[in-house]
Amino acid sequence: MSVLAQGGVEGSNPLLNIAIFGVFVVVTLVIVVRVSRRASSGASDFYTAGGGFSGPQNGVAISGDYLSAASFLGIAGAIALNGYDGFLYSIGFLVAWLVALLLVAELLRNTGRFTLGDVLAFRMKQAPVRAAAATSTLAVSFFYLLAQMAGAGGLIALLLNITDGFQQSVVIAIVGAIMIAYVLIGGMRGTTWVQIIKAVLLIAGAGVMTVWVLVLYGFNFSALLGAAVERGGETGAALLNPGKQYGVSSVSQLDFLSLGLALVLGTAGLPHILMRFYTVPTAKEARRSVVWAIWLIGLFYLFTLVLGYGAGAIVGPEAIRAAPGGANSAAPLLAYELGGTLLLGIIAAVAFATILAVVAGLTITASASFAHDIYVNVIKKGKIDDQHEEVRVARITAVVIGVAAIFGGILASGQNIAFLVALAFAVAASANLPTILYSLFWKRFNTSGALWSIYGGLGITVVLIVFSPVVSGKPVSATTGNSPSMLQGVDFSWFPLDNPGIVSIPASFLLGYLGTVLSKNKADTKKYAEMEVRSLTGVGVEKSVVH
Amino acid sequence: MSTTDSSPPTEVRDWEAVQATPEFQDLRRRLRNFVFPVAGLFLGWYVLYVLLANYASEFMSIKVLGNVNIGLIFGLLQFVSTFAITAWYVRFADKRFDPLAGKLRAELEEDHK
Repeated sequence: MSVLAQGGVEGSNPLLNIAIFGVFVVVTLVIVVRVSRRASSGASDFYTAGGGFSGPQNGVAISGDYLSAASFLGIAGAIALNGYDGFLYSIGFLVAWLVALLLVAELLRNTGRFTLGDVLAFRMKQAPVRAAAATSTLAVSFFYLLAQMAGAGGLIALLLNITDGFQQSVVIAIVGAIMIAYVLIGGMRGTTWVQIIKAVLLIAGAGVMTVWVLVLYGFNFSALLGAAVERGGETGAALLNPGKQYGVSSVSQLDFLSLGLALVLGTAGLPHILMRFYTVPTAKEARRSVVWAIWLIGLFYLFTLVLGYGAGAIVGPEAIRAAPGGANSAAPLLAYELGGTLLLGIIAAVAFATILAVVAGLTITASASFAHDIYVNVIKKGKIDDQHEEVRVARITAVVIGVAAIFGGILASGQNIAFLVALAFAVAASANLPTILYSLFWKRFNTSGALWSIYGGLGITVVLIVFSPVVSGKPVSATTGNSPSMLQGVDFSWFPLDNPGIVSIPASFLLGYLGTVLSKNKADTKKYAEMEVRSLTGVGVEKSVVH
Repeated sequence: MSTTDSSPPTEVRDWEAVQATPEFQDLRRRLRNFVFPVAGLFLGWYVLYVLLANYASEFMSIKVLGNVNIGLIFGLLQFVSTFAITAWYVRFADKRFDPLAGKLRAELEEDHK
């Protein structure tokens, strides 16, 4: 007990952290149970809450789905330690939303009902394209899930001072079990409310800390930067300038360019984000959702800029590096310096809630994709007798994915989280986005083009990552005695960049083009006409449930 | 219940004829003439920013106001441009797109009552 009470981060009180998190879980579970009573038992309700959310509600939920623990703890920490280069991430993550707003959200809402496969297979041969869409959905969701669950392990070590492997596994299992409960009881309706509550807590918490930091520096941002530079010591001045992390060599510069591309083009291809557009009744509400999401996410990233430099100035880089969890502990340590044990407890609970909400959203997306695209449309060839069978399959899939995420999270514990997230973004940008854009805008695009761009994009991305320095071959670091690569003591890397985007994204666009023009089958012009008219006018979009 | 598809059976409607109408072609042109150039614009602006941060870090490090340097201002301008393009698009959609799309939708749904 005395060990527990000391906490991982100095000043942390694990019992208080657990208590605050427990309150969050109980409150959200009560809400999930209450909203699920109003739900009907159909597939539409389980997958998309019957399309009954309003634009603003969905916009808040989207920010809840998008702002993962990696972006809260990760970006604040990156800014605290690497300064300006950390800020570059948040810009990519934000600008990416314009792709979703202008090119994807509304047209997608008008053409599909439940999954990415609905849109991609609209005018193609159903079974092969749906199978491909489900494959890439499951791949992206799984990498993203692993990142979140591995992050949960790190967070536990950081906030509860549980460094013992077995105890960490137990906590990951508990987090997974709560998440499965949300999804099974509440479906998309319950999951959405969890995301809304979490988004409000996260943005409010970050907002309070931001104002607090600014008050300490008399609302003079330049003074805050100056303090961070001073505290940073010898390398402090570099915090303000680009290149501290990525400017080391021409390879790392190219790597940054590659990452920047994957970030800006990946968001509009993330299946759990795309699925959120189906939870509103019309294209106009989908547009309002994205507008709300852009304002909230933009505001949040401005907060992280202040929090990152604030942590650098008030906590100092040495204390951050020395803390368990390293860079990820910057925001919690700052919370402790500002508001003591209580604020630290609140921020810790918000970080847990963040993981829970994101993981629930991913699980429901992956289960919808398996049940709707693979089970109903590939295995059963679109012929099932009642919808309850589809929902039952989706629920079983959710449990299977949840359990897989728990075990994956335990195995991936201690792995590089940013790498897994970047992998998910790279696959989304390479396999999904080109296929979505061609489907919506290019008349000639056909089944073989869709298969080439999905499988080609997925394959190239995974192969380049397997043979990149992320997996093997980075030189051993003098301070830790380990190589930052995933595998120690072997080197089979030949692709020089950590992020494959700069190669894989153009390659997928090219493959989609080649697959289309080289194949003998012609695009279905009647279906294209239908898709185009439907996507632009919204004719035939089913009416939503009022709730 | 929302699970029944209220749209008329697809074979009833000649979608290619609808697609070929001048009104629909106008709607399509309006959307494409807005979203493609604007997408090119913001992606170009973003790539320019990434390239400057990457390869012109000395320029980006020039201090302008106290400790605030050109890089930080450029970064914040990415936020400003994102917010501005969002507002611009909403204005376009409300004024130039939605009325025409709504009219077409109403006509199409009327045809099949």
